[in-house]
Amino acid sequence: MKSNTRLVALLSGLGVLLCAAGANSARAQTSHIGNLTGHAAPGSKLYQRYCVGCHGADGDGAGENAPWIDPKPRDFTLAVFKCRSTPTGTLPTDEDLFNAMTRGFVTTNMPQWLPLTRQNRADLVAYIKSFSPKWKTLKPGTPITIPAEPRLTIESILHGRQLYQKMECWKCHGPKGHADGPSAATLTDNKDLPIRPYDFESGSRFMCGVTNQDLYKIFMTGLDGTPMPSFADNLEPAGAWDLVHFLRTLQPFDTPEAALWKAWLASHAGELKPIGPGGGGGGGR
Amino acid sequence: MRTHSIAVLATVLITGGLARSASIVGAAPPRPPGAAGTISGKVTYTGTPPKMKPIDMAKEPNCVTQHAGAPVLTENVVTGPGNTLRWVLVYISAGDQGSTPATETVRLDQKGCQYIPHVLVLQPNQPLDIYNDDPHSHNIHPLAKLNPEWNRSQPAGAPPIHTKWEQPEFIPVKCNVHPWMHGWHLVVTTSHYAVTGEDGAFTLSGLPAGKYTVTAWQEQFGAQSQDVTISGSETKPVNFVFKATPY
Repeated sequence: MKSNTRLVALLSGLGVLLCAAGANSARAQTSHIGNLTGHAAPGSKLYQRYCVGCHGADGDGAGENAPWIDPKPRDFTLAVFKCRSTPTGTLPTDEDLFNAMTRGFVTTNMPQWLPLTRQNRADLVAYIKSFSPKWKTLKPGTPITIPAEPRLTIESILHGRQLYQKMECWKCHGPKGHADGPSAATLTDNKDLPIRPYDFESGSRFMCGVTNQDLYKIFMTGLDGTPMPSFADNLEPAGAWDLVHFLRTLQPFDTPEAALWKAWLASHAGELKPIGPGGGGGGGR
Repeated sequence: MRTHSIAVLATVLITGGLARSASIVGAAPPRPPGAAGTISGKVTYTGTPPKMKPIDMAKEPNCVTQHAGAPVLTENVVTGPGNTLRWVLVYISAGDQGSTPATETVRLDQKGCQYIPHVLVLQPNQPLDIYNDDPHSHNIHPLAKLNPEWNRSQPAGAPPIHTKWEQPEFIPVKCNVHPWMHGWHLVVTTSHYAVTGEDGAFTLSGLPAGKYTVTAWQEQFGAQSQDVTISGSETKPVNFVFKATPY
């Protein structure tokens, strides 16, 4: 009797193991981007063709090209992603991954994958999610709400400048946005590898999209895995938009923000306290 | 109230036992509560431990001022008189019983560009409040792998961050703005744990009779385990000796 029960227990245990192995090999996972459904099986084939060289067969970012690449390819086994619409510490949405893959990562070796069809990219998203068990145990975060951009005013830029001082953005990004703040040289990512803060003066695109909304998202969600934290706990949406307006003035572009700022500076430059240690960041009114 | 919680505990133990050994008909009788044992001892080292270095906080003048006259040392190996080791977690890593889930809030402070305490132990889902007591900003970046990794800015005067960890995991925590800031959140499923002070001493009490594995974990020297059997209201001495190397 006793040995019978044990046999049953053993067999059912084996059954569980076999099922788990089956699920694993099939990588039964899908992605949903708008009305597209991506499937992991075709995604796997695409991955072997286009992604494996850098991200590796196990998705751990240790592909054969990885030693020659800086910053290193993403390690999908951690399920930690920079460009998200969701709060820090949460999984991105399928659309976030799709957009990141489509856009590529400027100033890194990750290209835009526009040559692949939308279906291809959706399939790849489904496959990428099979590398971490977190995609089975956790749900993606709820995307943050971004209110409509308020009208650009000089007050908005000036308040944004105060926030740049108060939130201590300058400690890494530098008093003028040149990526030369006191902490810039010692920054490391979640694998303890050196990483640079964004240099606003370089004029390069932002890593997670080029629009003002994307910029808003970057500091309200943080770039997980990097030193860039989320400021959502301490920034109101109105203040966040003010910060967006100020950050645009740091870039060498003819944006409406830069034009307004230059015009104001022409007659008010002397009113500004410099940003930095002990700096007020204030000025103006 | 007390009787009620003991009854609940007994039920949990019995059903847990049943689930684990489905082939055994009739579970072992519940053990009489009250007869609890204790494991206590000391954590020491042999060899030469690394010298802790003074931290240069010049990047953050506020913190230099706060520690004027007594520069802060790194904390990865902190020793006491008699070759004792501080900040060692000692806990029941196997055979745990009689543990209670913790509900009281644990507090982490960022003060003078240090994490206080350096080693923070908590149980899954135990509330954790993180305070910034400094007149400047910190970012809290726990490098979790099983739990979600997050990174949040906490400017001067910001309210505490209320959070928790769901999975047992030893999580290194850092501040990217002040790269010397380093601490640990150790999430353990047992309520039988202790962190050694400068005297290296620890005590795990309230242990029902049974066979336990006791593990001591030090952030640089790793983990050691010993099996201990508690058969009643006795105190079993257990000591751990880590082999220290200077590098």
